[in-house]
Amino acid sequence: MKFTAPLKGLSLAAILATSVAFPAIAETPADTFVIARNTADAITLDPAECFEFTGSRIVANIYERLFLFEPDDLTKLVGGIAESYEFSEDGKKITVKLRPGLTFHSGNPVTAADVAYSLSRAVKLDKTPAFIIKQIGWTADNVDEAVVAVDDGTVEINILADLSPALVLNLLSSSVASIVDMKEVQKHEVDGDMGYAWLKDNSAGSGPFMLKNWKANEVVMLEAFDDYRQGKPAMNRVVIRHVAEPSAQRLLLEKGDVDAAMELTADQLKGLAGNDDVSAESYPKGYLMYLASNMEHPVLSKPEVREALKYMVDYDGMVGSFLDGQYKIHQNFWPSGMWAAATDTPYSQNMDKAKALIADAGLDADTKITIDTLNKSPFTEVAQSVQASLKELGIDSEIILSDGATLWPKYRARKHELIVARWGPDYSDPHSNADAFAHNPNNDFEAKLTGKLTWRNAWPAEGLTELTDQAAAESDPAKREATYAKLQKMVQEDSPFTIMFQAIGTFGQRAKVKGFVNGVTSDQAYYKTVTK
Amino acid sequence: MTDSAATPRPAVDFKPYLNVARKIGGGILMLALTFIGLTAVTFVIGRIMPNDPVVAIVGDRASKEVYDAMFLQLGLDKPIWQQYLIFLGDILRGDFGNSVMTGQPVLEDIKRFFPATLELATIATVVGVIIGIPAGVFAAVRQGTLIDHCVRVIGLLGHSIPIFWLGMVALLVFYAKLDWVAGPGRIDFFYDGIVDPVTGVIMIDAAIAGEWDVFQNALSHVILPASMLAIYSLAYIARMTRSFMLDQLNQEYVLTARVKGLGEGTVIWYHAFRNVMVQLITIIGLTYASLLEGSVLTETVFAWPGIGQYITNSLFNADMNAVIGGTLVVGISFVFINMLSDMLYRIVDPRAK
Repeated sequence: MKFTAPLKGLSLAAILATSVAFPAIAETPADTFVIARNTADAITLDPAECFEFTGSRIVANIYERLFLFEPDDLTKLVGGIAESYEFSEDGKKITVKLRPGLTFHSGNPVTAADVAYSLSRAVKLDKTPAFIIKQIGWTADNVDEAVVAVDDGTVEINILADLSPALVLNLLSSSVASIVDMKEVQKHEVDGDMGYAWLKDNSAGSGPFMLKNWKANEVVMLEAFDDYRQGKPAMNRVVIRHVAEPSAQRLLLEKGDVDAAMELTADQLKGLAGNDDVSAESYPKGYLMYLASNMEHPVLSKPEVREALKYMVDYDGMVGSFLDGQYKIHQNFWPSGMWAAATDTPYSQNMDKAKALIADAGLDADTKITIDTLNKSPFTEVAQSVQASLKELGIDSEIILSDGATLWPKYRARKHELIVARWGPDYSDPHSNADAFAHNPNNDFEAKLTGKLTWRNAWPAEGLTELTDQAAAESDPAKREATYAKLQKMVQEDSPFTIMFQAIGTFGQRAKVKGFVNGVTSDQAYYKTVTK
Repeated sequence: MTDSAATPRPAVDFKPYLNVARKIGGGILMLALTFIGLTAVTFVIGRIMPNDPVVAIVGDRASKEVYDAMFLQLGLDKPIWQQYLIFLGDILRGDFGNSVMTGQPVLEDIKRFFPATLELATIATVVGVIIGIPAGVFAAVRQGTLIDHCVRVIGLLGHSIPIFWLGMVALLVFYAKLDWVAGPGRIDFFYDGIVDPVTGVIMIDAAIAGEWDVFQNALSHVILPASMLAIYSLAYIARMTRSFMLDQLNQEYVLTARVKGLGEGTVIWYHAFRNVMVQLITIIGLTYASLLEGSVLTETVFAWPGIGQYITNSLFNADMNAVIGGTLVVGISFVFINMLSDMLYRIVDPRAK
């Protein structure tokens, strides 16, 4: 029939147009490490501002700090840019000698002036992570006198707060204390912004890699630095591709289009078991998942109820089912794998005990409680488990699911009742979490100490606050460790926090990839040791 | 008086010009109203949403001082009508503000993400038209036959299968197993940055630069996601074509034409289909516009950096500048396509002339 003629032509054209096969390049180049990762959180790569997981990982590979953790021992702080250091008698001043002959990516030498500028810049810009080094007592007004370049290779650092020397060194190893290339940054200064606009998506460091290209929500490209102090890294390039969907990450990994996939689920990792070309890797993460009660709540503030919650949680049940491979049981505020972490797990589900405690508390029959949490797995499942346990205790509860942008403001405003939330350290010192879980100098609502979980849950942390200050100032490491042990015990026994789990990071990588180290904190991801 | 004044010149008929002017004026007015409506609605939604734009920027651990400083910096202490006016003024100056999420000016982001969606939507619509229309016509002409059933089943499936699932299966089969096409992403990273963005559509930019490797790689990446969306568009277009066509084939003029002894091809394509075309323009316009909104799920599965993913991520991050900027662009293109299909409609439909 005549009318079918145009159809035939069109169909043929359509088939041709859609079925032409273009074989993809299946192998990544031998000198390039390609990572699939959800990079939606990356906002800035300026070390003075960066506080997100993806960004911190990249910053850690671009910049060096005075002190840092090397991949071969993630519990031992060593000199990065610092060759040696000496504390004054009173512990209030550190004199740091820099390693000679270091250069920035620009070719400029790394000098004491750069160190002073970088620390002062971070304090003066005062972006979110600045609080970490501001604990040393530095302010925009005094930091220039506090950190002084004595000569090209020597810096004097004055400690203006009552802090343990060990804590100061740890604070100086954090991402915000990264050393930037002063001359290069100043070249790009606009209206006295200390290069803030420019450094968001450019780099001026002395680390093993330089930033070549960053397109938000698309790709980050790093290039090896020839003159890195430990020699040029084996990988000439590191490419981090934004792939939000874990199933797509897995396909890319199995095909060999990427060398590592960072957000594979436990099931997907199990699914890789039979494939010799890829391996499933895990590492301890600093993230804790906890249940917290608002102490302004008439029921939840009762000590018996608080204790009952600790006995009610089905720790083993959750870790044995939906949390399998993603979380392990951990019941202290400082994550295992870090210095001074307590790892005892005294609580397990004991409904008889929990019921007896609830009976002691004498609750009304119509007690109803809300449980807030994030609207994503596994938070929803954990909240459901908590709800089921509460039900068994005779308490009805309602789960309220929100995204982070809604949940955290509610939490900061103390408007929750029970909350299933998470917390991770900001820097590698137990003070980081002690400050959140055990320190509350002013519990008044008006004080708005929103950065502290104690305040958010309206818990005055009496006695613990002073002990936290004491631990932060203690210069004897053994005494300090003992104080943190005591603090962890106190929070575990009597606080609004039922700390339940510690996250286990999991990822998949091609079998030929060696030396990729992913540490407890975000900035312990090392690309410089990777070989293929 | 001169002769020329004495002799009346033929009266100029301004009516058609007036009509055109009125239409253009109407279009501009429509755009302006849409613009004001869109900005007002997105602004209000942005303010009543329980999201906290300050936390989105400073993070949930920032101290009260940092929080308060950002609160003031964002002008959130001002009355809401003032905030809206400031915001409107900024937008009219082309300043959508910076995105919290990407750290870039929102306008820059849109320039990057919108062409990616445009690319997918255009290909999907073109494929939908090329395959969907003939399939629909064919099904109508052969009503009740196996072919008709097939078209109807495809139409139903295309409309009801979750595109997320279909996308994953397509990736598994055509990328992972058969190796026919490239996987997620818009281009392989080693081709990234080779061609300078001119239009933002990588294939066109590559063609302009004469970089055929890049062109081929980009094409290989676009085939799967575009096909997924094309299935949706062709299913819809085929279904509608079929029903419009059936409608026409039952009309008297078709019978008359056949009685006159016109060939079947002429009856179908020249007479019946011409009438269907008018209705189809609206359908195609709607399909194209809805695809331009960005298919979030397709973009997520295929790691496609498009406007749909951008707006959704921004919403989750309470990144209101980005949400408003993205929504405005989508809204304006919606209005624009509607105007365009309206004009085409007038050209094609003899009665509208």
